[in-house]
Amino acid sequence: MGIQKTFYEAMREHGITRRSFLKFCSLTAAGLGLAPEFAGTIAHALETKPRTPVIWLHGLECTCCTESFIRSGHPLAADVVLSMISLDYDDTLMAAAGHQAEEILEQTIEKYDGNFILACEGNPPLNEDGMYCFQGGKPYVEKLRRMASHCKAIIAWGSCASWGCVQAAHPNPTRAVPIHKVITDKPIIKVPGCPPIAEVMTGVIAYMLTFDRFPELDRQGRPKMFYSQRNHDKCYRRAHFDAGQFVERFDDEGARKGYCLYKMGCKGPTTYNACSTIEWNGGLSWPVKSGHGCLGCSEDNFWDRGSFYSAVNDLNVPGGIESTADKIGGVLAGAAAIGVAAHAAASVISHSRNNTKGGSSHD
Amino acid sequence: MTETLTANGFKLDTGGKRVVVDPICRIEGHLRIEVNLDSDNVIRNAVSTGTMWRGLEVILKGRDPRDAWAFVERICGVCTGVHALTSVRAVEDALGIKIPENANHIRNLMMLAQYTQDHLVHFYHLHALDWVDVVSALSADPKATSALQQSISSWSKSSPGYFRDVQARLKRFVESGQLGPFANAYWGSPAYKLPAEANLMAVTHYLEALDFQREIVKIHTVFGGRNPHPNWVVGGMPCSFSLNETGGINMEWLNLVSSIIDRSIEFIDKVYIPDLKAIASFYPEWTTYGGGLSSTNLLSYGDFPKVANDWSQENMHMPGGAIINGDLSKVHEVDVRDPEQVQEFVTHSWYKYPDESKGLHPWDGMTEPNFELGPNTKGSKTDIQEIDENAKYSFVKAPRWRGHAMEVGPLARYVVAYVRGDEEIKAQVDGLLSDLGLPLTALFSTLGRTAARGLECSWAAHKMRFVFDSMMANLKAGDTATSNMDLWEPKTWPKDVKGVGMVEAPRGSLGHWVHIKDTKIASYQAIVPTTWNASPRDAAGNIGAYEAALLGTPMANPEQPLEILRTVHSFDPCLACATHVIAPDGQELVSVKVR
Repeated sequence: MGIQKTFYEAMREHGITRRSFLKFCSLTAAGLGLAPEFAGTIAHALETKPRTPVIWLHGLECTCCTESFIRSGHPLAADVVLSMISLDYDDTLMAAAGHQAEEILEQTIEKYDGNFILACEGNPPLNEDGMYCFQGGKPYVEKLRRMASHCKAIIAWGSCASWGCVQAAHPNPTRAVPIHKVITDKPIIKVPGCPPIAEVMTGVIAYMLTFDRFPELDRQGRPKMFYSQRNHDKCYRRAHFDAGQFVERFDDEGARKGYCLYKMGCKGPTTYNACSTIEWNGGLSWPVKSGHGCLGCSEDNFWDRGSFYSAVNDLNVPGGIESTADKIGGVLAGAAAIGVAAHAAASVISHSRNNTKGGSSHD
Repeated sequence: MTETLTANGFKLDTGGKRVVVDPICRIEGHLRIEVNLDSDNVIRNAVSTGTMWRGLEVILKGRDPRDAWAFVERICGVCTGVHALTSVRAVEDALGIKIPENANHIRNLMMLAQYTQDHLVHFYHLHALDWVDVVSALSADPKATSALQQSISSWSKSSPGYFRDVQARLKRFVESGQLGPFANAYWGSPAYKLPAEANLMAVTHYLEALDFQREIVKIHTVFGGRNPHPNWVVGGMPCSFSLNETGGINMEWLNLVSSIIDRSIEFIDKVYIPDLKAIASFYPEWTTYGGGLSSTNLLSYGDFPKVANDWSQENMHMPGGAIINGDLSKVHEVDVRDPEQVQEFVTHSWYKYPDESKGLHPWDGMTEPNFELGPNTKGSKTDIQEIDENAKYSFVKAPRWRGHAMEVGPLARYVVAYVRGDEEIKAQVDGLLSDLGLPLTALFSTLGRTAARGLECSWAAHKMRFVFDSMMANLKAGDTATSNMDLWEPKTWPKDVKGVGMVEAPRGSLGHWVHIKDTKIASYQAIVPTTWNASPRDAAGNIGAYEAALLGTPMANPEQPLEILRTVHSFDPCLACATHVIAPDGQELVSVKVR
């Protein structure tokens, strides 16, 4: 086994000054929603820990998670791969192929048994003895099980690994299943989204390296810091929802004024994600800001919840949000009151959803 | 005797040593390649096996056609958006929807941005390590590297100190003993030919390109809300221009797009293209290996309409057509609606047809999975050691144009456009060949494919400027429309219609065929670039593009499959795209066993 460098040593060797390093720690603390004093904790952790090996597997997927990951602006994907973690296996990026690639998996088990992170992109199909996805001539699910049995913890990247996503949509011809259906004895953190936001992905990694544990998770296994609010809650068009101002058709007068996309089928009111706060590609925009409703891509089985252009009506709000919104559109005077009432009810539901059992952290 | 001649004229010899490479890494999805080597370690037989299948098209059955783009966009997150665009085009074709000029401009811009980012990432992050020895970069002289950089380009990041810093970073990374994605590779192999300085320069640009690609995709973020997987809409684009209101695309965002275009042009022309030429000049033999079908059979649908809603080749920034039997004097017109032209075969694919000696046009297509291995397979069903290519051996189907196996992708587009006399493309190709002192036939090779992709990346970056300026002129003339919602409501639709959408995706010709009945999807079918290129054999025994391209290449060391990686990577495989299911009209998918 080679000499393992700490994150701090690695950064110093890459010409980064201590001052810049500490600034990085402060920014990371802020990015993770932590109080400023945590910057010191992060600095201490990064100074003293060797780079954690990460094995990144790909099952049935479209590689959008990897593509999103390399879009991360803070930290840069290159810095994550070269300085924060040791990405020892990732078939999308690694130089080796064939048996030279597969040997790394066994070497990892030998060297780091119980001490590496398993990052799963995509999911295993179970039909046809698992052969709808095979690698090295064997079912992917076997590779997943073997690596999972020796890892420390699992990151389920994206909606495929977390929920099943598009290949698991009705009628799920390959019987694709999320990771937690086949791995039940290891801690799993779900980072859903199709794909997840880049800085959410690197933020989760940074948190795990810094605190040596998962961030606090909700009942469904998602980190609360990124998934405890609905896109609707912090949407910059929210004021137009409350005021009853809606887009009725793409590119109509309301669309040009940035009105609410609720009637265009926006799933923001039922989608727990950080799009409306962190936004995409360096905080530039997110779907709603650029004029299309939220697809709800971080929610379980979002493919089978009706058309992307049908207004959300499955919220358990008295009268339904749809009728509320129509009333708002028709009777502007009562808009604010009705909007507030509807959201008070919806908030109670979300509150109970998230906190029924409290978060379970997998230390 | 183990020697045979294929219907498309390739000599195969299944004797000798069998080499298996599974997985092929640095691609999208899952691919396996097996080859037979003769006593001189020259490849004499090649077998391409797609090893994944997701079944997306059957999932689309019965859904709202306006939703289809979001489903099929998830066919691929690497060439993100290409399936979505093909899908909205197919639905618009079926329903007779005409899109506004601005929507056409925005779609062109987004696809050109996709070419630019996708080709750049392919070259540096998926392909370069086939040619660039990372470890050799450690022994480079930073001063000489700086001199090399300055001799080939005016790129500003070129000082000795800059290269010294990168080298120091690399050195400590290697010394840490944790090699990450560079572990267990082929460093030091005699197949690597670059001097240490060229290796250091290329590794430096590997890091720069990884950083810069994040910028290019912001064009998607402005118009589509995010990347990967931006948003689209049937009838136009979901974004609006708000030049005098608060709420849509305004001058600030337009300036950002314009600035990204300028920076993309600079990066591609000052970093990618000079690197491509420098690397190519050290591998002249690779202009003779890897040709495969490229000198005979090439297909491009043509794309990037100058004016909205006109699909004639004269209206395309990148004109298409087909070249067959190596006849470069003629480009054939392609009609994807003609049942005799595009057909798919499953004779050697893990699917079932009533009569597998025949191909089916996508309108009549069907897919029923049928995973069975041939009698000469070595190993077992769940532990395949060697595959039997005389039987079914891939989840990829075998598409054919008038019965011919075809190559698609940047090289196909470039040769077709060159033969059609497109002046921009001709100037680019002739310029590169003259710089490298190579004949036109050098294009028909592994390096030719890689070079065409580089030229096309530059073409796309420059074309973004042209399209952006056209869009601004249109806005200036007072047209700000981005969507046509006249036929948005399903009640306005005909009862029973079919449509086709075509896109030239970064990896080649992509088509979606949709059948809409009673406002729902009755069938949905896609033939994807990698289905063409990674195709297995067909009923007549024609081998596919990867298989043909691997033949005749000598391997320096059969234990280290660098040569196989070079040629396969030159196609930029995308296997999640290639392996799909086609649901026949009114027929449910069967043989789904629940365990």
